[in-house]
Amino acid sequence: MKHEFNDMQEINLVDYFVNLYLDNMDLICENVGDAMNIVRSEAIENFNINSIYNRENEKYKHIDIKKIFSDSYEKYFVPAALGISNEIFICDVSDLNSYKIFLKNGFYSKKNEKLTTLENGVIYGSLSEASIKYPEIFKKYYNKISDGENEGLVALNTAFAQDGVFIYVPQNVIIDKPIQITNILLGESSTMVQYRNLFIIEQNAQANILICNNTFSDSKFLTNCVSETFVAKDARLEVVRLQNEHNLSNHFSFSHAKQERGSVYTDNTVTLNGGVVCNNISALLAGEHCENHTFGLFLVDRSQYVANYTSINHASPHCKSNEHFKGILDDSATGIFKGKIHVSPHSDKTEAFQTNNNIMLSDASRMFTRPQLEIYADDVKCSHGVTVGRLDEDALFYMRSRGMEYRQAQLLQLFGFAYDVIGKISMELLRSSVADLVEKCLRGELSQCIGCTYQCKK
Amino acid sequence: MLRIKNLHASIGGKEILKGVNLLLNAGEIHAIMGPNGSGKSTLAAVLTGKPGYEVTEGEVLFNGKNLLTMSPEERSHEGLFLSFQYPVEIPGVSNVNFMKAALNEHRKHKGLEPLSASEFLKLMREKMALVEIDSRLTSRSVNEGFSGGEKKRNEIFQMAMLEPKLSILDETDSGLDIDALRIVANGVNLLKRPDTSTIVITHYQRLLNYIVPDVIHVLYNGKIVKTAGRELALELEEKGYDWLKTEESIINTGELKD
Repeated sequence: MKHEFNDMQEINLVDYFVNLYLDNMDLICENVGDAMNIVRSEAIENFNINSIYNRENEKYKHIDIKKIFSDSYEKYFVPAALGISNEIFICDVSDLNSYKIFLKNGFYSKKNEKLTTLENGVIYGSLSEASIKYPEIFKKYYNKISDGENEGLVALNTAFAQDGVFIYVPQNVIIDKPIQITNILLGESSTMVQYRNLFIIEQNAQANILICNNTFSDSKFLTNCVSETFVAKDARLEVVRLQNEHNLSNHFSFSHAKQERGSVYTDNTVTLNGGVVCNNISALLAGEHCENHTFGLFLVDRSQYVANYTSINHASPHCKSNEHFKGILDDSATGIFKGKIHVSPHSDKTEAFQTNNNIMLSDASRMFTRPQLEIYADDVKCSHGVTVGRLDEDALFYMRSRGMEYRQAQLLQLFGFAYDVIGKISMELLRSSVADLVEKCLRGELSQCIGCTYQCKK
Repeated sequence: MLRIKNLHASIGGKEILKGVNLLLNAGEIHAIMGPNGSGKSTLAAVLTGKPGYEVTEGEVLFNGKNLLTMSPEERSHEGLFLSFQYPVEIPGVSNVNFMKAALNEHRKHKGLEPLSASEFLKLMREKMALVEIDSRLTSRSVNEGFSGGEKKRNEIFQMAMLEPKLSILDETDSGLDIDALRIVANGVNLLKRPDTSTIVITHYQRLLNYIVPDVIHVLYNGKIVKTAGRELALELEEKGYDWLKTEESIINTGELKD
């Protein structure tokens, strides 16, 4: 069902989405568990109040977000028949030995077998199916840490989300290979998708999750996705996000994590390409002795826009967090980093570090960076640092004097800069795959259609 | 091998080299000495093509080719090598990758295929032994966190890998203790072939005990004011540079002042 805005100026964006919700409520709630449906009305209410964005948080100061959400997009409440089988989609990291999950425009791609249960009790697959099958789990975890009250887009997602990925790793299980989620965007016309992920890693369990975002047709896309991640006591989870969408895509993501005592959570977001990318990453360190690592790398050129908003909340004593984001900006690209660290009053012995380094390759590129530390405890070790600079000319000359061409010296230096972040990926195979992709991206050889055998127009 | 004719160069509009003349034949080792600020490092920078330096007059021929029109990488491919006074740290780039990239560029220039991984490692091990460099340094980022001695040894290691025709050692002795100095000098001597040449830039005579030059030049105020045999080093060590400064002022003014 397509809704055209004849005159954007006159039609209120919020009214449009609220009406869209009301008109399609039955479809949206079909084949979805109660826990997901029960929170929708409050969410649409919140959205009605908050609108797309909260003017106070200054998040969307440098882009016209209203325009992005006012553009005309198809919205599907039942998966569109795309007439293309799964087999042709291989994501950027295709040779990884992993448990593979595909989402097509936010809907789980397999018609049958919507949930897979491994021998060790690990469950993964369609979120909607899981919400019906495991109501108790959903009652406990769904929509518990996402912030729909303050974030209009999270509220919007909560109202509309029908499917996505569900992962459950039971107590003491160490999953033998990573779970790889490939989000595929495709379609003949502009499409908006809103999906939801729920990851639960139970006590003392360990898992690795790789999330790849790809576009497989040259239409315009708008994604608004929310993930909730629960890392229980002494559990370990590493999430690597690999974003490689084309320049006409707009990607808004909200990833909220909650960590219990002694857990270790690593989040690594690598943005290789995208039109407008807006990542919101938050972690709540709810128990003592948690460790949080939040890393990110973004490579932007042309008129791309990549923003990373992070929020690390130290709500317990004796926790450690380490945050490092790096950016390389070229042409007239825009980069934004806003990192918040909050240390609550009783969270003594907190160690929280944050660094953001950026290399600007052109005069027209822009980088806005803002560390924000709010420390209400006395006995803490916290630091933050930001650099915005150019390539090191001395190092370039040094490399050239050893026989490397300028371009190669530049690439080697940029790659060295980027590797700081990629090197933190713990799985060796994944690390080297991501390193290869980053190198290709720096060389300008990365296609957004890698591995796709479907012959689209571009 | 190298012919420098009336070389004038400036940086930021300030003239540093004011007419340098020098002739270096294949197989020779020349030392360039001189007080601080005389233009020694500028000469090295101009010869290797460091951006920011402007050649206002003169020419430099390297094996018959005009060196000054070449890019730094072309000069390297032609066989010129500079051991930096202050080797640059490159975070995130491992010594192995750095060296592999450099060596393969040289091979490409010579029309050779890139070395296979095993061939490269074999060559690297061989050359590392020569300069007594710790194999652990190879996996680390180029010069990052290296001690002064390790950095200089790494320069000589790179020189060993690239096998240049002409090596310029810019104050390679600075910041080295006696043992490191001996190792570095030993590496240079082992790499010396009858058809390769070396320019040693130094303040002190000390290094020249280990790397024995055929000719010594004294650079002062942007010009070579004295050229003599190796015995000059000892004379300089004893008398300093002041007597040459006077001589230079005599040359400049063309008259004696009492």
